[in-house]
Parts: sequence; structure tokens; C-alpha cells
Amino acid sequence: MQASDRFNINSQLEHLQAKYVGTGHADLHRYEWAVNIQRDSYASYVGHYPILSYFALAENESIGRERYNFMQRMLLPCGPPPEREDD
Amino acid sequence: MSDPEIAKTQEERKRMEQQLASMNSVTYDEEFYGGTNKADYVSSIPVNDEDENVDDNELARKMASYTAPKSLMSDMPRGGDEDDGSGMPKSKKIIDREDDYRRRRLNRIISPERHDPFAAGEKTPDPSVRTYAEIMREEALKREKEETLRLIAKKKKEEEESGKAAPPSEKAASAAAAAAGTKRRNRWDQSQDGDGGAEAKKAKTTSDWDLPDATPGRWDATPTPGRVADATPGMGRRNRWDETPTPGRVVDSDATPAGGATPGATPAGMTWDATPKLPGMATPTPKRQRSRWDETPATMGSATPGSVATPGQGSYTPGITPAGGAGLETPTPGAINLRGPITPEQYNLLRWEKDIEERNRPLTDEELDSMFPQEGYKILDPPTNYVPIRTPARKLLATPTPLMTPQYAIPEENRGQQFDVPKELPGGLPFMKPEDYQYFGALLNEDDEEELSPDEQKERKIMKLLLKVKNGTPPQRKTALRQLTDKARDFGAGPLFNRILPLLMQPTLEDQERHLLVKVIDRVLYKLDELVRPYVHKILVVIEPLLIDEDYYARVEGREIISNLSKAAGLATMIAAMRPDIDNIDEYVRNTTARAFSVVASALGIPALLPFLKAVCQSKKSWQARHTGIKIVQQIAILIGCAVLPHLRSLVEIIENGLSDENQKVRTITALSLAALAEAAAPYGIESFDSVLKPLWKGIRSHRGKVLAAFLKAIGFIIPLMDALYASYYTKEVMIILIREFQSPDEEMKKIVLKVVKQCVSTEGVEADYIRNDILPEFFRNFWVRRMALDRRNYRQLVETTVEIANKVGVADIVGRIVEDLKDESEPYRRMVMETIEKVVVNLGASDIDARLEELLIDGILYAFQEQTSDDANVMLNGFGAVVNSLGQRVKPYLPQICGTIKWRLNNKSAKVRQQAADLISRIAVVMKQCQEEQLMGHLGVVLYEYLGEEYPEVLGSILGALKAIVNVIGMTKMTPPIKDLLPRLTPILKNRHEKVQENCIDLVGRIADRGAEFVPAREWMRICFELLEMLKAHKKGIRRATVNTFGYIAKAIGPQDVLATLLNNLKVQERQNRVCTTVAIAIVAETCSPFTVLPALMNEYRVPELNVQNGVLKSLSFLFEYIGEMGKDYIYAVTPLLEDALMDRDLVHRQTAASAVKHMALGVAGLGCEDALVHLLNYVWPNIFETSPHVINAVMEAIEGMRVALGAAVVLNYCLQGLFHPARKVREVYWKIYNSLYIGAQDALVAAYPMLEDEEHNVYTRPELMMFV
Repeated sequence: MQASDRFNINSQLEHLQAKYVGTGHADLHRYEWAVNIQRDSYASYVGHYPILSYFALAENESIGRERYNFMQRMLLPCGPPPEREDD
Repeated sequence: MSDPEIAKTQEERKRMEQQLASMNSVTYDEEFYGGTNKADYVSSIPVNDEDENVDDNELARKMASYTAPKSLMSDMPRGGDEDDGSGMPKSKKIIDREDDYRRRRLNRIISPERHDPFAAGEKTPDPSVRTYAEIMREEALKREKEETLRLIAKKKKEEEESGKAAPPSEKAASAAAAAAGTKRRNRWDQSQDGDGGAEAKKAKTTSDWDLPDATPGRWDATPTPGRVADATPGMGRRNRWDETPTPGRVVDSDATPAGGATPGATPAGMTWDATPKLPGMATPTPKRQRSRWDETPATMGSATPGSVATPGQGSYTPGITPAGGAGLETPTPGAINLRGPITPEQYNLLRWEKDIEERNRPLTDEELDSMFPQEGYKILDPPTNYVPIRTPARKLLATPTPLMTPQYAIPEENRGQQFDVPKELPGGLPFMKPEDYQYFGALLNEDDEEELSPDEQKERKIMKLLLKVKNGTPPQRKTALRQLTDKARDFGAGPLFNRILPLLMQPTLEDQERHLLVKVIDRVLYKLDELVRPYVHKILVVIEPLLIDEDYYARVEGREIISNLSKAAGLATMIAAMRPDIDNIDEYVRNTTARAFSVVASALGIPALLPFLKAVCQSKKSWQARHTGIKIVQQIAILIGCAVLPHLRSLVEIIENGLSDENQKVRTITALSLAALAEAAAPYGIESFDSVLKPLWKGIRSHRGKVLAAFLKAIGFIIPLMDALYASYYTKEVMIILIREFQSPDEEMKKIVLKVVKQCVSTEGVEADYIRNDILPEFFRNFWVRRMALDRRNYRQLVETTVEIANKVGVADIVGRIVEDLKDESEPYRRMVMETIEKVVVNLGASDIDARLEELLIDGILYAFQEQTSDDANVMLNGFGAVVNSLGQRVKPYLPQICGTIKWRLNNKSAKVRQQAADLISRIAVVMKQCQEEQLMGHLGVVLYEYLGEEYPEVLGSILGALKAIVNVIGMTKMTPPIKDLLPRLTPILKNRHEKVQENCIDLVGRIADRGAEFVPAREWMRICFELLEMLKAHKKGIRRATVNTFGYIAKAIGPQDVLATLLNNLKVQERQNRVCTTVAIAIVAETCSPFTVLPALMNEYRVPELNVQNGVLKSLSFLFEYIGEMGKDYIYAVTPLLEDALMDRDLVHRQTAASAVKHMALGVAGLGCEDALVHLLNYVWPNIFETSPHVINAVMEAIEGMRVALGAAVVLNYCLQGLFHPARKVREVYWKIYNSLYIGAQDALVAAYPMLEDEEHNVYTRPELMMFV
């Protein structure tokens, strides 16, 4: 980064973005991004009642069970993290 | 007159004078006037008399006003920096703006670290550290000492007085008689007895001389070299050890042959003597004072020169004049620098020294050559053994001054130090001011870093970092601060604070420097946490003064530090550190400690502090402790406001005993604390004050003076908390006293009485009738007098109180009483009356005022308005306006008279008067309309119109404002003079550069363009357009905004074409601000006249191959789409080709401006079905994401954000996906940035658009739920 860039709004923008969960950066691994995508998806399913009821209908489960399952799946949604090749 | 003529006249005069002189040469006294030749006198007066001769003429000239004597005026004290005539700006040093009281902070000593019982656990404290018990003992001794000294002084004085009464020869006898036959050898013993008499203590048989031995007092308490050799004579320290001897005392020591070998040798000889100015030392009195100096010559370090040469030999015990020589060193720059703190005088000395050094430098060969004749001289070689003295320190020592005799120890000379040259500091350190040498001088030694011990290296590192923080550039400062913070624990609390705190005591500290150092402490505190405990008191000593600084931010900073400190150190340590200061002998210390305690209370919670406060406030030992304790409560109330409510009862209980304390000061502070508590608690918590009501109300009957004032103040704050019934009862109780005190001559009492009256009166339960009958007569008789108007604070308080009374008793009563005074002969008094009437009338309206009073009022106001002479006469104007506006239609009969006055005053010689008259018109225009005096207004309009030639801009501005007010109320059609005459007269005024004129003029023109444009021919409007372009340059934003709006009105009135042409031409000008305003004006024209009237011409203008013009067009488009919002959907296809071109232009600014136009466009048409065009434009915007210029990248990012809104997040995500995992890091960075803002903006919307990822062996990446289908 150049010296002049250090103080302008853009660097602050990145800093601001980094404060939110789910944002990414240039060194983000495929796995981490996928985890974010999964969690966002589950959060969205749980958050939109019509979708939830649609899934419940399709899976022949109660809506509450479906919501519970989705919440549970938010823990390690993609399975264990892969071995990081050292960098 | 021509020059020869002048010369001739002068010649003639000289001749005449010579004749005169020769005629009466014998008449004046030769002895007095000597042989001075009269020709030496100035014989003529210079043509322009403003220069140096003014001083002489001054005497003869009659004074226009009373002022300080000239000699004083020219001898004004100035800051130290200005004295050297270097033309420095005003000194920024803190010390220069401090008063004497605040300067007392410099008297305090940074105490050595203390025992930390938490860290030590059960261990017995190391004897070298000071424990709480030790400190308390020291404080007690100090107090005792002070008391003793006071008693000695008192005794002395009494003795002297009695001695004065008797003839000098009988002095001894009478003194003995006064002492009532007690057996006494000399005064030293007397003091003991006096002490014993007062304290009745046998333990106190040891004399004061033993004190320093017994207490590790100041001398031990100052391990920092900075304080030991305190070379600041004028700081008023209590301890006389530090004082430089005054000649008067030296005389005395001269008489003691053994001790006083040299005058300088017995510096502190008489310091224990309470009266330094001994009477009759020049004329020996029969009873010669014997000093112990001559009794014990053996221990005298100063008497034996040998001990001086070896200062380290045990003769340096604190009991004997410890550092007699240290304070006496001649303040030569070479010697002082590293020793003690330097006073401003010494800096000056140092500067002069440098200056003189420069002038007295050895002459070079060339200079000598030019001075001496070429022949007759021979240049000799210097002797072979001659070595010139190079180091300035030695040069100064080469001429010893008398004071430097026996006791002076030659400081160790360090060849590495050079003080005369501001040397380039090694290692990129910032510039060091001369004041800094004593703290940072060691950095100049070019010792090898490796040779130093680890501790020394650490010290050096800290010093370097501190110097960078103090004097460095912002980046240097930032990194240094960070390093200090990060390594705080490595450095350790001790080394850090030992370096930082002395810096804060530096007498020449500036605000900025103090701020930075305080910041360092704050950061370091946070890191050190509990390690800070032994240093708490040290830190408090330097931070407490911040709490009473006059600068608000300094106070806040101080509070923050103390609050952090107390959180880091804990309550127990804080109390242990501050308890000894609570009954310190110095009021300054107690005051700051009380404030610091209140901060501790707010940081750690009041409940934690309550037991301690209770104990302190009931202290039996000293009234100072009680006083400080109660003061802490007061400060807590002031600091935390209504948060005292939960603890109100306990706080009141803690201090209530103070009301009946034996000490008057304690009673006063108790009442003041109650006032503060009640003020903080208002309007709740009266039940907590139940217990103090009785003592307070009883107290006001028994007390007088200051205590009474404090009691009244407390009552004034408590009454508003009561419910109506009680308030009424208690008010009646206190009112008797208040009315008695109405006539008190004491200013402070007056203010408090006024305030209390205001508080009582505004309380609910106090009836109007009661006020009217019981308070008003006395109130007006005592307070509504001319004298009250002279003091600003009295004035304000009286007005406020009267307004408050009026709120209760109504307008008529109050106004009726003071209306006559509008014709008083004192102007300040009239002004006070006017201000009161204004406020009362604004608050309550004028419906209570009957016909008679109304007449008197208008009459008085007219009189007061006409008679005013002073400059700040807005009071009269406001009062007039307020009264007229509240009377409304009832003013009608008086309007002709008022207008007559105005007209007459509009013609006045004084500009101020004319301006006021015009301002008055704009205030009463609305009322005139209500009274249907349109004819009168028309008449005034014509008069004002005639005065448009006014030359004073302030007045002209007011006249324009008055015209505007008239036009506003009577409308364009009825206006006289008719608009078509008025406007052409305004056109030239638009050229006026004065802000007030410009603002009023453009407002008036804009109003006419808005409402009555048809009265003026289009040609005139065009002319005005050209003038308006100039106004776009105005500094004031309001003017530029009004101008731009006026363009819109004019364009609406005469059609956009001509205006637009003018504006487009203006895009070619150089000035940026002008162009920006023009583009805004174009956009506004487009908005008011529909975009289709403007866009073709605007887009056509883009073809002009000129950067500024094209950018201007783009900018106009940007503003235009911003203003028209969704109307833009009809024009987006039309401008797309232009934007395409701009987004592909080589010029960055083109792309930037086009991107911002795209943003506004996208935001305007979101959801209106223009996606095709927007996607097309996004394709042009996207390649710009790699721009690095901040403005461009900003605009591009915003355009993409706009697209997210208009096209949906999914579309933009698809653009994004291509680069999120790009092999090039630079690319990824940018794409992730875009992704992140997309994600933050529309997280939920992205769920449906994420790409499908393939599973891996251990990981599931697919989202099977999305595949479900019913």
C-alpha cells in the first residue's frame, strides 16, 4: 500500500468491512467462503417463514423441527476444516 | 509649499531663536541647564507626527479619556518569548495563561514511589520504600511545623508591635515584659515556648532544627535531580531552604564571622526565621540576635572550604544546609542545563548569552585585515603552547563570579555536550528546544550504545521515544506512542514515570505538549495496570492540576486519566495515596485532591467511597480534613449530576454535621455542598434533605457574611425541590432574611440574594399576592438602581430575577414599575430596563398592559431608542421590536410617530443610527401590515429606495433587508416604488463585495424573480444573470445557494435558453468553485424548466473539445440526475451514448464524474424498468475498478453500489465471481472489496445467487435444500 493510500477513505472502507462477520478478503480459503455461504443460507431459510414451510412440506417434517435442524447445521456446515497447507 | 520656502522659514526661525538665546542667556541657571547648546534641541515639529515624538507630545495633549499612565502602558508585562524581540507569535505556554493560584502546581513535588501492600503480600515492607504510615507521619509533622512557624511569626509580630510602641533602647526590656516574665535566652527558644503554649505538648521540646533530621522531608522526597537543585527563586515555595538569599539576610550572616566567610556561603542562615526582614540590622540593636550558625561551627559544611571540595564526605547530611551551593550556582547556561528546571528568565539569559557569544566571537583574519591598515603592522605567530578554549562551558568558567566561591563544585565536564549549537540529533530524533536539554540532554552524548548497561539503554530508549512524542512530526509521534504502549511492561512503570512525570512539571510546557504527554500516560496506564500502584501519588501530583485548568479539554483529559488510574490501581491504593493530601497544609493541594477524589468516586462508584468519606468528614483531628471531605461531596455532586440521587441520603448524612462545625470554613463549604447536591438532584430528593432543613433555616438567623451567603445559596437550591405547601412556608421564613440582605453592600451577597429570590419565586407554592405585597416593594427599592446596571454579572442576574418574578405576578406589575425608568438619564440603566421589558413581554405577551401603560411604554421606548449613544445597542432594537410585535394592532395610533422617528434617524449622520433605523423597519414591517398601514409602508419603501446610494455597507445591507421585509408583506403589485424601478437600482448593488450587502441583495432579487418577475423586462433579468455569475464566488455558502436558486427563478421567468447559454459559457472559466456553482445552477435550471429544455444544449456543449467544459457538462448531468430522481427514466437512453464516451475517456476526471452521474441515474430509476441501459453502463463502469486514485475509485465503487440497488445484488455478484479467486492478489483484493460491500448491502439477496460448489472428500459444499421441489 502506498503512503498516500494509508489515510484515505478506501483503506477505512476495508477496515469497516472487516468488522462484519461473513465478509471476505484476498486470502480467504475456499472452505471459509463456503462455510459463510452455508451459514448465510441457513440463516436465510430460518428467517423467511414461507421458505421454511416449503422445505418442511418437501421433507415431510414439522416447521419447528426443520428450523431446529437448520440451526444445528450451522455448526460446521461443511464438515471439519481441511488441513491447511502451511504458508 | 515648496522645499526652498520651508528651508527659508526654518533658517529665519533659527536666526530669531539665536537672537533670543543671546538676549536672555543669563536668565537661566547655568548649573542646572549646563552648557547645552540650544541648537541641540529640535527646532521644528516634524510633518507627520505619528512617529517616535508622540511620547513627548503626549504630555501636552489633553487627554480624551481616562486611561492608565503612558509609562505603564508602554511597560506592559509581556511573555518571555516576546521580550527578546524575535517577533515570535503569542506564547503558547501553559504557564503564561495561568494565574498565581494555578501556578502553585509547580510547588508540588513528585513524591517517590510508595509501598504497594498488594504486591508485597505479608512481607514487611522494604525500609527503603515509603509506607502509608510514614507518609502520614510526615504530613503530621509538616502540619505541626507550619503551625509552629505560624505561631513564631505571630509572636514576632506581637513583639515587634510592642517593640515599636516602646523606644528602641528599651526594646529588650519591653519584649521581656510582653513575654510575661518567662525565662528566655533568645528568640529561638521563644518560638519553642510559643509552640508549647499553643499545643501544650511536652514532646515538642526538640527545636525545629531537628526537624529535617527526624523527617525524611523534602530533601529525601526529591530523588529527581530536577528538583534538588531548584533554581527557581520566584516560585514562592514554602520551604525556605530553596530560596536564594536576599541581601537583607546576607547582611545578618555577615555579622557572624565564623559561619559567614563569604556572603554566598550561608545562604540558608536565616531561613528558619519566620520574619525574614529583621528590623534594624543595619543599625545594631543592643540585643543582638544569636544564630546557631555560630554556635556549632564544626558541623558547618559551608564554613570549611575543605568539605566543599569533597562534597561526598558525610557533611552532606540533610540536617545541615544540605545543598547550600546547589541553589546558588550562577545560572550560566553551561552550568544549569542538566541540573535543575530552568525558569523562563534563565532561558532568556541563555538566549542573550548565545547572542552575545555570536557577537563576541573571535575575529577572523579577514576581518582583522579589513580593520587594520595594510602597513605598519606585523602579524605574529601565536605562542606554541597556546590552545584556544573551544568549549563554551569552560569559557564561561574562565571568569568566576563571586557567588561561585567556596561551595561551588565544578560540574563534571562532558566534551560530548555542546549547547550553543542546535545540533543535528543522531538517529533522526526531532529538534530539541533549549528547555528540553535538561531532560533529554543525555541523548546528545555520543556514548556508544553497547557500552551502556541494559538499564541505561532502556532509559535512553524511553527518552528517545518521549522526545519523539513531544517534539516529533505526526508520523514519528504516532509510531513512538505505539512503541511506548506496546513495550510499556518491558520498560516497567518506574523508568517510564520517572521520565514522563518530570516533563509534565516543566515550567515551559505548552498545551499541545502536555496533551501528548498526558496521552502517553493514559496509554501506558492501560498497559501497566496494577504495576502502577507505587506511582499513583506521583501521577496524581502532575495530573491533578489539570482538573482546575481553565481549558475544558484539559479538565476532561485530567478526569479521564484519574478515572483510568483508579480503575487500574483500585480503591484501596487510591485512598492510601490521597489520604495524606486531604489535610495537607496547602489549600491548593486540598482543593485539587478533593476534585480528584470526586473523579475516583465517579469511576469506582460512590458506595465504595462512602465509608471513607464518612470517616473523613467526621475527623476530629483537623478541620482541614473535614473541609476537604465535604468538598469531595460537593465535587461529586457537580461532576456526576443526577447520578447522586441513589446515594443522596447517605451523602447528606455524611456532611450534615458540618453545618454546626466550629470552623467557619467548614460550615460554609457544607452549605455549598448541600447547594450542589440539591442542584444535582433537582427536582427530586427533597426527603433526603429533611435533616438539614432545620439547621439551615436556623443558621440563617444566626450567621452573617460569607457563611450566611452560603446558607442562603443552599436554601435557594433546596426550595425548588419542595412541594408547594412547604415551599411557600419555607420561602416566607427565608424571605425575612433575604429582604434584610437586599441592602447588603457586598456584591457577592447581592448576587446570591438575587439568585435565591429567583429560585424561591419560581417555585410553585409561592403566591403572586405574597410576592407582590411582601417582596416587590423592597426588591425594586434596593435593586432597581442605576448602580446595578454597571456590573455585567449583577445586571444579568437582576434581569433574570425580575423576569422570573414577572412570570409570577404578570406583565403589568413589573412593567408598570420600571417603565418610567426608560427615561432615566443613565444609559446602562435604560438598557437594563429595556432588556427586562423585552424579555417579560416576549414571555408573557402584552395583553395585560392597559391603555395608560401602553402609552407610557411606547413613549419610554421611543425616548430610550432615540437617546441611545453607545454602540452595542441591539438591546434597544430588540426591545423595540419585541414590544411593537407583542402589542400588534394596538400600535396603530403610534405608528406615524414611530415612522417619523425612523425617517428622521434614517437621515442621521451616524451610520450606526441609520443602520438601526433600517433594522427596526424590518422588525416592525409585519405589525405595520397588521395595522393596515400600507400607505405608510409604501412611503417608507420610497424613503428606503432613496437611500440605496448609502455608502456604508453595513447600513446598505440593513436598508436592503428593510426593503425585503416591506416587499414580503405588501406584495409585488402594491410595492412602491414599483418593482420595475426598484430592480434596475439593485443590479449595480449586486456588484458590491460586502457579505451583508450581497446576502440581503440576492435575497431581495431572488424574491422578486420568484414572485414578480413579470414586472421586469427580460433584458434586465439577463443583465442580472451576468452579475449573479460573479456572486457564485462568494465565500458564504448561503449567498451561493441563494444565487443558484435565483438562476432557477429567472430561468423560469424568462425561459431557460438565454440563462442556459450564459451558464454554459461560464463553464469555460478557470476558477473551480465558479464552475462547480455553474453546474449546480444548470442542474437547477433543468429541474425548474424540465430537463428536456436543457439537455439538448447541454449535450451539445459536450462536443466542445475542452476538458473543463466537458467535465462541467458531466457534472451538471450528475447533479441533474440527482435532482430529478425518477424523472430520469425518460432521459437515460438519451444520455447513455454520452456517458459511454465519458467512461471510456483517457481523462480520469471524465470517468470519475461520469461514474457519479451513473450512480445518481441508477439510484433514480431503480425499479422503473431501465435495466438494459444500466447493464450497458455497468459494462463501461466495471473496468474502472482497478483505479487507484481515491476520488475515482470512490466514484466507481458508488456507481457499483447504485447498480446493486437498481439491478439487484445477483447481477453484480455475477460480475464479482470472476475475480474472487483470481491468481493475482491485486485483483483478488479489489474483487473482495466489491464483494464485501455487496455482502454488507444485500446479504440475504445473495443467498439465492451464490454459485454451486462441488463437494470435496471431507467437506460438503452443496446446498441440497435449494434442489428441493414439490
